[in-house]
Amino acid sequence: MKFVSEYRDPKAAEQLAAAIRKKVTRPWTIMEICGGQTHTIVKSGLEDLLPKEISLVHGPGCPVCVTPIELIDKAVAIAKRPDVIFCSFGDMLRVPGSSKSLFDTKAEGADVRIVYSPLDALKLAKQNPERQVVFFAVGFETTAPANAMAAWQANHEGIENFSLLVSHVLVPPAMEALLSSQNCVVKGFLAAGHVCTIMGFEEYFPIAEKYRVPIVVTGFEPLDLLEGIYMTASQLEEGRHEVENQYSRAVKREGNRPAQKTIAEVFEISPRQWRGLGEIPASGFQLKGRFQKYDANRRFPFEGVPAQESPDCISGLILQGLKKPHECAAFAVKCTPENPLGAPMVSSEGACAAYYHYGRRQNLQPELSGPASR
Amino acid sequence: MADAKTFNLSCPVPRVADDRIVLAHGGGGRLTHQLIEKIFIPAFGNPMLEQRHDGAVVPVNGARLAFTTDSFVVRPVIFPGGNIGDLAINGTVNDLAMCGARPLYLSAGFILEEGLEMETLRTVVASMQQAATNANVKLVTGDTKVVDKGKGDGIFVNTSGIGVIELNVPTEISPASVQPGDVVIVSGDLGRHGIAILSVREGLEFESPILSDCANLWPSVEVLLKAGIEVHCLRDLTRGGLATTLNEIASDRNVYIKLEEALVPVNETVQGACEILGLDPLYVANEGRFAVFVPAAQADAALEVLKKVEVSQGAVRIGRVEESPGRTVVLQSRIGGNRVVDMLSGEQLPRIC
Repeated sequence: MKFVSEYRDPKAAEQLAAAIRKKVTRPWTIMEICGGQTHTIVKSGLEDLLPKEISLVHGPGCPVCVTPIELIDKAVAIAKRPDVIFCSFGDMLRVPGSSKSLFDTKAEGADVRIVYSPLDALKLAKQNPERQVVFFAVGFETTAPANAMAAWQANHEGIENFSLLVSHVLVPPAMEALLSSQNCVVKGFLAAGHVCTIMGFEEYFPIAEKYRVPIVVTGFEPLDLLEGIYMTASQLEEGRHEVENQYSRAVKREGNRPAQKTIAEVFEISPRQWRGLGEIPASGFQLKGRFQKYDANRRFPFEGVPAQESPDCISGLILQGLKKPHECAAFAVKCTPENPLGAPMVSSEGACAAYYHYGRRQNLQPELSGPASR
Repeated sequence: MADAKTFNLSCPVPRVADDRIVLAHGGGGRLTHQLIEKIFIPAFGNPMLEQRHDGAVVPVNGARLAFTTDSFVVRPVIFPGGNIGDLAINGTVNDLAMCGARPLYLSAGFILEEGLEMETLRTVVASMQQAATNANVKLVTGDTKVVDKGKGDGIFVNTSGIGVIELNVPTEISPASVQPGDVVIVSGDLGRHGIAILSVREGLEFESPILSDCANLWPSVEVLLKAGIEVHCLRDLTRGGLATTLNEIASDRNVYIKLEEALVPVNETVQGACEILGLDPLYVANEGRFAVFVPAAQADAALEVLKKVEVSQGAVRIGRVEESPGRTVVLQSRIGGNRVVDMLSGEQLPRIC
């Protein structure tokens, strides 16, 4: 398949892997930010090709994983209202709240629907003028333009029965939070290619400089990741700490200006609660000015009980790259995709779910190492 | 800026035990299995049910009969490449074929919703008649119920079927016969039915439309048996797709199934749809594809006869069965890494058949 097969070519993969092996002389811990990258790494068995010196840790870039439990509870409460059609991307439905998930709520009779675009939710609002249509607007900078556009369109067309439950988060503040942590193990970053498609990568220069850490904007196919790892490892070996762009076929330095303009018109920067990480200042978006009337938080006031936490889940450590999923005692024992203790076990982009589905379970490792393995 | 000391590690309490049916219980994956293991097997368990095959093989006066049943709730009722009627006939015919049985007689039960357009029913019935004729089976008994408007969804169909295992089939065709050394063959490219349903449900348009692969598989099974191939196991790759089927077999037989991604056939449009939607073709449902396990020495002969039948002309070998580690399906990716292929977890696409 064109534009896909080229980036999964076995010969090119082996050449890149050989270049990485040749380059590295010391152990390096590299974090891929984005859950989509984690998914590719585990799905393609990419770690089998890497030298043992390279350790990949999986970052907080899974929107489903970092959406706070309080917000899931709020979504459930809104979805239960008989006048509401609650729309969400599919992944959010299985995430456990304090007592139930949106899927459970659907099973109990709530009108919860999976949509592929916020504009589909807006269409539903037009088709159902007597109902309130609420869209669960989660995601990083990548999904912000489409969500902003939905609010903008609703305003433009005067659609009043539509609102957004916003939980938008931003990558650079999360990277800074991780880097400023005392126990940070990360020596280099693969920045999330799709986020940079929208935002560009100028905002990473001060971070690379301040924390003296290489940041390589990286794509999502196996060869993209291998090349991103090669570029990061080269910087580390050579003592450089620069921002480089591996994903130049999609990412421009300045990003997508019209998309940024739409975001800036509809959203403003706000502090955000990150599940597993806590509150990070200036790390999210909220609706601003004349668009606040589309804020589901304001439209449906909700007094939640304080969220209950499971002591067995170590997702905070996993999202910081301090632990790997299979190092959790609950992993694949008490915590499975059917009965997740924490959000990283839910989404396909969650590190725990990726490890679970693709068999990165400690006990299978020895048998799984193929001939190409270290 | 939050620093390490202010990081508040948080996670939710475990979900309460499942106290209601969710859509994933019908998804053919892990929850369906839990339902079978925890509710149905304890209540109805007997040696024939515990074969856990697509149908039961029962001895009657020296003959071996295969018996199976299936219900169809697909939404929408009419989809690209077929409708609930084709599906209801071919689904049950294929369950019989997967037992190695020649399909003979079918029943049909209809649950109709008040207000269903007669024209829709006519279309469905005409397709059933055509599919039954093509498969050379007779619909010999049936039933009709009508439920109030809003209490059904247009039309649900149940079919049951009886077939006969002819005397020239020496081995038992069942997951229990799968052995290390067997080769895994699939009868054609994967994922067409699931993507066809998805395309109409989500209003997706492709340059070349994807039609359901819904088809009668008996002709392919018949040529295998007639050619004297030692068929160890046959499974149609419906809900949960290839991945779930292979996991069931690996788990039942405590064997290791090793696949090569580069060998698994997927049509380019289906692959494109899967890439966009984040689906894995290994898990997407098929209605006209099956996997067959044969001894390695007979793989070429099996492929040769399969390719001569239209419905299986795309047959290819995709992997092999080994001894250990048991209960595991592993796929070698295109770039040479390995990953475990797990059973479908949760619901990929409800009401696909």
